[in-house]
Amino acid sequence: MVRKIQLSHLLDKWVILIFLLMIIFGWFNVYGASYGFHQTNFWSFEYRSGKQLIWIACAFVIGGVILLLDGKYYEQLAYIFYAAVLVLLAVTIVIAPNIKGSHSWLVFGPVSFQPAELAKLATALALGKYISHPGFSLSKRQDVWWVFGIILTPFVLIILQAETGSALVFMAFFLMLYREGLPGILLLIVTVLIVLFLIVLPLSEVPIYGNVGSLGFLIALSIIFLIEIGAVVAYERDWKTARYFLLAGVLLFGIGLLLQMSYDVLFNQIALILVILSSLYLISLYIYKRKRAYIWIALFALGATAVSFSGDYFFDHVLEQHQRTRIEVVLGMKNDPQGVGYNVNQSKIAIGSGGFWGKGFLQGTQTKLKYVPEQDTDFIFCTVGEEHGFLGSVTVLILYALLLFRLILIAESHRDTFLRVYAYSIVSIILFHVLINVGMVLGLTPVIGIPLPFFSYGGSSLWSFTVMLFILLRLDVSQKMRFR
Amino acid sequence: MVNDKLQNRKFVIGGLIVLVVIIFTIRLLSLQVFTSSYKVLADDNAFYKRILFPSRGLIYDRYGKLLVYNRPAYDIMVTMKEITNLDTMDFCNTVGITKDWFDQRMNDIKDRHINQGYSPYTPQVFITQVLPDDYARLMEKLFHFPGFSVQRRSVRDYAYDAAAHTLGAIGEVSRETIENDPYYKPGDYVGITGVEKSYESVLRGEKGVQILLRDSRGRIKGSYDDGKYDKQPVTGKDITLGLDIELQMLGEKLMQGKRGSIVAIEPSTGQILAMVSAPSYDPELMVGRQRSQLFQQLNTDPEKPLLDRSIMGRYPPGSTFKAANALIFQQEGITTKDTKVACHGGYFVGHFKVGCHIHPSPLDLEGAIAYSCNTYFCTEFRAMLDSKKFKNIEQSFNIWRKDLLTFGFGAKLGIDLPNENNGSIPTTKTYDRKHGKGRWKSLNLVSDAIGQGEVIATPLQIANLCALVANRGYWITPHIVRSIEGGTLDPRYDVKHVPPIDKWYYTNVVEGMRQSVIYGTSRIASFGDSIVVCGKTGTSQNPPHKDHSIFMGFAPMNHPKIAIMCIVENSGFGATYAAPIASLMMEFYLTRKISPARQGLETTMENTFLIPNYGSKNSIVAPAR
Repeated sequence: MVRKIQLSHLLDKWVILIFLLMIIFGWFNVYGASYGFHQTNFWSFEYRSGKQLIWIACAFVIGGVILLLDGKYYEQLAYIFYAAVLVLLAVTIVIAPNIKGSHSWLVFGPVSFQPAELAKLATALALGKYISHPGFSLSKRQDVWWVFGIILTPFVLIILQAETGSALVFMAFFLMLYREGLPGILLLIVTVLIVLFLIVLPLSEVPIYGNVGSLGFLIALSIIFLIEIGAVVAYERDWKTARYFLLAGVLLFGIGLLLQMSYDVLFNQIALILVILSSLYLISLYIYKRKRAYIWIALFALGATAVSFSGDYFFDHVLEQHQRTRIEVVLGMKNDPQGVGYNVNQSKIAIGSGGFWGKGFLQGTQTKLKYVPEQDTDFIFCTVGEEHGFLGSVTVLILYALLLFRLILIAESHRDTFLRVYAYSIVSIILFHVLINVGMVLGLTPVIGIPLPFFSYGGSSLWSFTVMLFILLRLDVSQKMRFR
Repeated sequence: MVNDKLQNRKFVIGGLIVLVVIIFTIRLLSLQVFTSSYKVLADDNAFYKRILFPSRGLIYDRYGKLLVYNRPAYDIMVTMKEITNLDTMDFCNTVGITKDWFDQRMNDIKDRHINQGYSPYTPQVFITQVLPDDYARLMEKLFHFPGFSVQRRSVRDYAYDAAAHTLGAIGEVSRETIENDPYYKPGDYVGITGVEKSYESVLRGEKGVQILLRDSRGRIKGSYDDGKYDKQPVTGKDITLGLDIELQMLGEKLMQGKRGSIVAIEPSTGQILAMVSAPSYDPELMVGRQRSQLFQQLNTDPEKPLLDRSIMGRYPPGSTFKAANALIFQQEGITTKDTKVACHGGYFVGHFKVGCHIHPSPLDLEGAIAYSCNTYFCTEFRAMLDSKKFKNIEQSFNIWRKDLLTFGFGAKLGIDLPNENNGSIPTTKTYDRKHGKGRWKSLNLVSDAIGQGEVIATPLQIANLCALVANRGYWITPHIVRSIEGGTLDPRYDVKHVPPIDKWYYTNVVEGMRQSVIYGTSRIASFGDSIVVCGKTGTSQNPPHKDHSIFMGFAPMNHPKIAIMCIVENSGFGATYAAPIASLMMEFYLTRKISPARQGLETTMENTFLIPNYGSKNSIVAPAR
């Protein structure tokens, strides 16, 4: 009795409140999305809204049970649970039936279940336990390999299930690792490379002027060159070299502009020459001055240039046609409303037609008339956008932001590494889901089928996020109890 | 703690979350708040507006006889996604089309450039207006052709093979009309000629609309908001014409095999009683799938059966114009009832000559009208132009011209039919151009005295002159529609136009026209003794072709019920064809029969074919009705 009173006292009210708001608002949207014109009884379990009610009720029961269990079990059983999930993932590859091309669902009569959902939780717990070992450090090579191994093993297994969307979620753990000390420069480099890739691909075929040159390469190479100059200043305070580089750039482009009056000048080639020459100059500086930073900057510049070119090659020669088209649609390279872009186009119409106030509950024609595919699962945000407008959509985004802030606050409020690692893992996973899912619906990220936490229809996803959240709440309560 | 420095990274991660929210918010703003086109796109997706077509108003004649009504026609529709195991040859044979036509049509339907609203899930028009036989044949075998269905449409049907020009036809609306009037959508039927065109807004009614919800596959999911925004169609209004269909049919019968026109007006109201233009055609020809082919045939017919000569034909009015001149000369104080002019077989000035025929001489005004004496009117016309009462010839000419315009000449009268012609009355500029400014004299204009020269009128304008004389002082703009069910007629058809001619001058002209029937050139126009007929013949010269035979007349003399004008092209004297035809028309209208004594004349007129190697109506061998 005493324990229960303590529990309800110590429970984080904000997280519970936001969780409840999302679950309730989510259910209304699932109801709206799966609502048909001939549907009269929306409580009936034949409909998805009715089924979702069962999943929600179960989620509350599961959440309650988790709160009643002692927090220490999660840390103690983390490895066993992780190992068991790996086995389950491996078994699933073999025994799961083919559902839309992927072998990720285990079917037990009327109930089907996706082990990949459990894998996120298991990996988060295992990482928490491993990183909280005394003496763990990301500067130790062995520790780094172990951490990468813990992340990549389920990743590979899920890739083997042909469930790429769920597998990509495991990349979110690198955000947690950043908090734990992974050098920020690595995140930055990856970001820069992705940005370069996104610039070069859609623009590589676009001429700079007339029909000469490639705008994509010009922009990408110019960015690389500017980063080079910035890095030289930032890491070596070498203003002289930076001035040389700037002068060389202005000079070469100036000559190019002059010659352009009588010749067809390839400006992207000028940029390429600049990047290569400056890199060679930096290498010679390294040999002469023996300063490490020069060689790293030069290698980054050359590497990024290689990525820019290989990205184009990779895209044209390595990717399959359907993968190419998906990327093409996202990058705006193809305007093809009836083809691959149909889903994204219809979802943009749904959201765009909602306006500021939205059309009102059950008034969304786009979703009611099934113009948006997967509208109660992956495209649930469309219903929010169409029926509740800009106001509703932004409210949902702010709810997510508040939830994540609150989780970060919990993570940072204790001195417990296991709790912190676990909490940041949850934050990263939820952020990744929201980023990819909402980005996809808004036509900003590729169409990758992952659910929107607490909103999308389906038991697996709802339960998995509920369990993740409530374990964190329980760990939070345990920590508070310990220091009372 | 070891991790103290790393703790600041929570701000980076927090910042990342804020960044994501901001990027998404900007995207949402641009999609939802700053772009309005998505709303339209969503509505276009979801709402299928099914048009409910009203039935078009019916057209009756002045005695309530139904002239134009609606009959169902059938369009064959095709739903691409429902076609299975189609026996194309069997289908083509049943519907009466070729395999090539079938393939071409199917491709056109699927081509979104041609057929913008294409959906493989909804019925598309395959053939419009199939013939009843083809329809019957198709209905028997329709179950063999899944994917094909039949849609009912409404087309016009005509109770009488008459008045084709006046009634007009409906046809698919033109691109131009659609651009100017958003009411119309491609494929709609609209009045394109005749009454159908001029009363389009009355006859068409108002389309209704049923707003249906359509899902992503084009399937209809029921009505929107329980039909709260639906609109029922409003049936078109029926209209009654002033036309007497039996008189019209008689007129067309009498005019068969000839070129020309008859216009009959009820003088007291301005209502058109009959309006014949020959050659003509069966209005039925302008309905159905054969329409475009027959239209093409009629359009290239050298005798121009599509031309409505009664309002578009331009003729010299000939001697009927003397009635107008007689009114003006009297009003302007040139001629009196008793003015006498001698005539010796023509009007001679030097080498200039206008011939006249043999008649007693000298004649007074009534006699001159009765015998249609050219010399009399040439003399009096020159007397007016050269009169000292006016400053110069320009002034006297302009007075003459102004009076003529008040009779309705030289400009559209404003009949409620499309494409009326202006006719033409010369101006001083006409002669300035011809002879040089100030260098023309009354002698140059003398042909205008007898309705030749530069004077051009439509049959309608001449009939209107006749109505003016019959009314002894006013005319009402001729109009074809007598009443509109639940509506009012254009108020301009109630207005009496009163030319500035004193009333008693009309009496002299009427008397002259009466004399003409008693002993003058219009004797053949007389019928029975109980009805007093007035008339005026005309022979409109049309060099180098043969003269047009013209007649205008009215009856009875007091309280006239009908004023009529008839022209038979290239057939000679007014008394030869125009006068007998017009008099038969008047007789029939007033007595509802042709007296046995004159049935021979009727037969003669009916069986006179003046156009060689030509059908009775036109060059088309008409399909049996």
